[in-house]
Amino acid sequence: MGESKMAAVKKAKNKVKRYYEEQDEHQTPGGNVDGTDNQTESPKDVPQLPTEQKSRRKRVKGDLKKSGSNFISGAKDPFPGSVSVPENRLLKYERARKSKLGRKYSPYVQHHLKTQENDVQTALGQAARHDILLPEEEGFLEGDEGQDTCTITQEDIAEMVDITSASKHFNLNLNQFGPYRINYARNGRHLLLAGQRGHLASLEWQSKKLICEMNVMETVNDVKWLHTHTMYAAAQRRWLYIYDSQGVELHCIKKFNDVLRMEFLPYHFLLATCSSTGFLQYLDVSVGKEIAATCVKSGRLNVMCQNPNNAVIHLGHHNGTVSLWSPSMKEPLVKMLCHRGAVRALSVDKTGMYMASSGLDRKLTIFDMRTYRPLTSCLLPLGAGSLCHSQKGLLAAGTGDIVQVYKDTSVSPPRSPYMCLQVKGPIHGLQFCPFEDILGIGHGGGFTSMIVPGAGEANFDAMECNPYETKKQRQEWEVKALLEKIQPELITLDPTQLGEVDAITMEQKHKEKVERLGFDPHEKTPFVPRHKLKGRSSSANLLKRKKKVAHEEQREQIRKSIKVKEKQKEQKKSREGIRSPAEQSALDRFKK
Amino acid sequence: MSEEEDLFVPEYPISASEDEEDSDVERKHQRLLDAISSLDGKKRRKLAERTEASLQVSEFGISSEGAGDKISLSDLIEPIQKSNSFSTVKKQLNNLNQKKSVELPLSKEETQRIQRAAAYQEASEEVEKWDHIVKQNRKADQLVFPLNQEILKPTPIEEKITGWTARTPLEQEIFSILQKNKQPLTDPLLTPVEEASLKAMSLEEAKLRRAELQKARALQSYYEAKARREKKIKSKKFHKVLNRSKQKETLKEFEELKKTNPEAALEELQKLEKARMEERMSLKHQNSGKWAKSKAIMAKYDDDARKAMQEQLQKNKELTRKIEVVSESEGSEEEEIIPDFVNDAQVNLEGPNPWMTGKLSSETKDVAQDVDCKMQSDTEEDNNIKATEKDSDPEEELSEDEVLLKEFEDKRCERREQAKEMCLDSEPGHPSVLDQEKVEAEADETGEEQVSEFNQLFQKLLEQNKSQKKERKKKSGGKTNEPVTEAEEIAVEGPLLVGRLERKQDLEEVSALAGEEWEDEQSTSLMVSTKDDQTKKVSQSGKKKVAKKSEIIDYNKILPVKATRIHTPLLPTTVDDEEDEEQLDDQKMIIKEAFAGDDVVNDFLKEKRSAEQAGKPKDISLVLPGWGEWGGTNLKVSKKKKRKFIIKAPPAPPRKDQRLPNVIINEKRNVMAAAHQVNQLPFPFNNRQHFESSIRAPVGSTWNTQKAFQKLTAPRVVTKQGHIIEPITQDVFQKHTSTKKPAVELNSRKKQGNDSFHKSTSKRKKMSS
Repeated sequence: MGESKMAAVKKAKNKVKRYYEEQDEHQTPGGNVDGTDNQTESPKDVPQLPTEQKSRRKRVKGDLKKSGSNFISGAKDPFPGSVSVPENRLLKYERARKSKLGRKYSPYVQHHLKTQENDVQTALGQAARHDILLPEEEGFLEGDEGQDTCTITQEDIAEMVDITSASKHFNLNLNQFGPYRINYARNGRHLLLAGQRGHLASLEWQSKKLICEMNVMETVNDVKWLHTHTMYAAAQRRWLYIYDSQGVELHCIKKFNDVLRMEFLPYHFLLATCSSTGFLQYLDVSVGKEIAATCVKSGRLNVMCQNPNNAVIHLGHHNGTVSLWSPSMKEPLVKMLCHRGAVRALSVDKTGMYMASSGLDRKLTIFDMRTYRPLTSCLLPLGAGSLCHSQKGLLAAGTGDIVQVYKDTSVSPPRSPYMCLQVKGPIHGLQFCPFEDILGIGHGGGFTSMIVPGAGEANFDAMECNPYETKKQRQEWEVKALLEKIQPELITLDPTQLGEVDAITMEQKHKEKVERLGFDPHEKTPFVPRHKLKGRSSSANLLKRKKKVAHEEQREQIRKSIKVKEKQKEQKKSREGIRSPAEQSALDRFKK
Repeated sequence: MSEEEDLFVPEYPISASEDEEDSDVERKHQRLLDAISSLDGKKRRKLAERTEASLQVSEFGISSEGAGDKISLSDLIEPIQKSNSFSTVKKQLNNLNQKKSVELPLSKEETQRIQRAAAYQEASEEVEKWDHIVKQNRKADQLVFPLNQEILKPTPIEEKITGWTARTPLEQEIFSILQKNKQPLTDPLLTPVEEASLKAMSLEEAKLRRAELQKARALQSYYEAKARREKKIKSKKFHKVLNRSKQKETLKEFEELKKTNPEAALEELQKLEKARMEERMSLKHQNSGKWAKSKAIMAKYDDDARKAMQEQLQKNKELTRKIEVVSESEGSEEEEIIPDFVNDAQVNLEGPNPWMTGKLSSETKDVAQDVDCKMQSDTEEDNNIKATEKDSDPEEELSEDEVLLKEFEDKRCERREQAKEMCLDSEPGHPSVLDQEKVEAEADETGEEQVSEFNQLFQKLLEQNKSQKKERKKKSGGKTNEPVTEAEEIAVEGPLLVGRLERKQDLEEVSALAGEEWEDEQSTSLMVSTKDDQTKKVSQSGKKKVAKKSEIIDYNKILPVKATRIHTPLLPTTVDDEEDEEQLDDQKMIIKEAFAGDDVVNDFLKEKRSAEQAGKPKDISLVLPGWGEWGGTNLKVSKKKKRKFIIKAPPAPPRKDQRLPNVIINEKRNVMAAAHQVNQLPFPFNNRQHFESSIRAPVGSTWNTQKAFQKLTAPRVVTKQGHIIEPITQDVFQKHTSTKKPAVELNSRKKQGNDSFHKSTSKRKKMSS
């Protein structure tokens, strides 16, 4: 019975198409037009009526809408939608603290949060897509087979490169006023030179145009540009002075005495100084106020650098420790023992992930600042007296009168330097020029500009700092930067801390609220089993029913974790690969 | 009237003429009765009514009051109904009787309530219409007021084209060319040629096609019917034969395919492989099924059953056998592989570690050889079997089976012989082994045993090993009285299965590695360690805590990274001759002297410890000296009291720098920064993570592309300047319905498609079943 029925059904379904049906279909414009249309038009049998044309056009439009393509010809895009961005490029732009949305919200809220998340994701994708607009790539020196790149001299490089680049390698013979400290402005156009015996000079180094030059007739310990090249600070024998680009003294800040080293935090407009009296002081240059003065309590402070990622100041001490400071804390955020001898130089790379430190034990050690663990270490002859990271992560170390530049220091301890250069005197100041493949070296015999291929960032953000800015642009930028100034309290180890909820205060507030109200408004009401009749609400039964729903959250977690474990197992299995039984032997179980 | 009657008719109208006393007695009696009847609880006690004289019926007046005393109309009519006159009156009275009385009008409150309910119903229906729109507006990312604006859209090109005519001579020329070539002018989907070709199918062609289709259909139905019929046949033999023939055919086809189309052949092979895998996964042809078990019981007595079982096993074997793609290189490889892993174990046991085997090496050799021989013979056997199998393939079905059975028996015989030989070889003092052999032999004879070939082999090997071990023990005990170490035992035992342990690293190697370490490192570490010793000596005054700490933290691990030395082409001028070792040593000495005073590491550890201590929550002591005890100077508080009155602080949470000996991380809160943080979850959020995730991405133009920035900062409500925002009207419904319609149609169409799909799948299922 069943079979015959089935056959009947099949017959009905598999109805063979008759030729007239096919014809009919061809006559009617759309295959998917209703039966009613079919009836009305087939008897007329008039070919190509205008109405028919219209209806066909309609269908075409419909098709276009359905397929989402705008081709007139009706062709379909085989790969509809925009091209997806590769995962790793998206990761570059992903922010911390991403979490999945729970299902605890009302539909409206859920919808809004979802759309918001979608917007964020699309923004992220667009940003990743715009990577195309960064066409420049850095390139490094590559020696011939058997040739070490560090044997290539500056003269060789200068010969090979174009004239403008070649002109960037030069020497300034200034042997009168002793070892020089240097500082490049943030956009890399301007250079400050400060001889220890009082010689101060600012120049546009690319055009070799001297802007101002003077002798302050005092020892100058350090010199730093402030936010623009119109002002700079000089740490002189007793006090801190601020000059404008013409060398006119603007301020003499007597609160900052005996300053040895300075760092300028551009986004906070803070000038951090450390003195021989053991004080770390912060000066807000936008308002001219001292923000914080901390006694570090570890003697003379002459090693200092900033972490450009989170604006934390690193100080090196004589007992081999490095301490991290923020103006809002009176104690070091982190203190780490880096060397057995005193710390001689420090530098943190642009990402804020790696810190290089060198000590009296002649070691150069790279630390991971996320875990505070040493990564690599190497021994330099004589040890490094000054260190500097380039924008692309090259590390320059001044040992005696020799500059060594290292590549990929965070990955593996370098066997030999990437580049080397001997200068005419002991090295006193080192800095890579931003957005240029140039390393500036201040030493006893003056100043040397060294070409280091691949050192600088090739793509600059003109909104952020523009090497080619005009006066007007600079002024506008200044106003904007002042408006976007970050408060000094926000200098923390984790720069994204502001995006975090202050959990402790929140809990405290919640506790107070509970005390005030007498009950917890956010607490879940406990599960009360329904009362049932006929002895089904016995205490045992109630307990049982309660148990059924108890610990639901934990259960959910456990379920998830089990799933994850299973997945890992599977992956492991697939990685190991299933060996065929022919290959396996009973002896395999004793293999180790 | 008797008294009893009175009792049962409680409110019998009592005439007033009866004297007071009598009625009083009756009433009392009545009350008593009521009380009694109410005792059993079923009947509620009626409230005793108070009867008054005026209510009672008397000869002088009728009162309408009294229970059940209402006069109904029928009572009045009764006398009339008996007489036939008064028919009209009767009718009227009847009419009166049928008519119901008009109900009382409802009270004002009630009418109002009903009105309100109705009004609410109506209003809610009216409002419900708007629900959808309100929802949509709430969900909308952006609302632009006034709402009903016409959105300007670019018109599609086709619409433009239709209204467009060629004017210039060039255009006209182009159009004429297009027309000549019958290219589409207005609607560019299909050219007339294409359309014509679509249409062109003559009647004959159609008929031909129809006939073809009919034929195909008929054929299909025949085949289906045949298949169904064959499927119903229950004879196993028939199916067996059928399957075999099919297999043969497929084999032939496969051979052909091999020659003609190697790729397809490969695919076929893969299919076979898959079948093999499935077979291996299932227990289909193992002896575990219901049928197989029953047969196993029967096999003792029934030859056929035994055969059937063997056949099944054979089938399993065949199916699970790996299919080899015979290519020369691979074949040779396999040949290499197999003997290797067979022989390796013994070879390894031999040479490299003579100490482990000790004096007994020669004997082990013999045994090993024995085993080796056996293994080889076994492998040979296997090869033989394979060869015979291959040979027997092209033979006929029945003969194939016979051959197989024969082979099995032959093998069994061989095995038996071998076992006997072994028995002879091994010392004749092992009754257990012999017994087992005998049992086995018997089992073989009776054909009871169904253990697979491999299992047997394995068992034998084990037995053999055991016997060997025993021998060893005896011999060693006899010859030398040395205690046999366990290691030796292990080494001796299991010549087949115990793989030799390989040492991956030597001590020497490790030391060599250490030697590579930089000299300086070593010296400094030495320095530190000596200092450690000193400090330990000093601090061994009983402070266990400190000792523990120092145990946990390895001083050498505090600055653990080994420094590599760098070779530079240029050396600083001042240290040109630094390389000289003497000078180096000198320098080291100088440095040591310079830093003799300060032990940097120890200082740091002390600092860390104190920081840890400071960070720990402290116990609260509520001890009051002198309470419950003697007071005075130089008196200590008793332990008991301390235990009682000190509130222990909860253990501190683990520090972040717990596992970093060279780091102190400040655990104090940055209050200044915390002041800027959010400390209350804003409205819709109930979870910290969700809120943090929602604010994680910046919306500013600094971090976003222009487009993304605009989208992220788009206002939720936009109003047009100078436009009156009028309340929403009913036109919106029309809009919504008009936009909705196509969606509905699409859905219905989809549904149809789905239905047909379901039908087809269900049909397929039926077919398969």
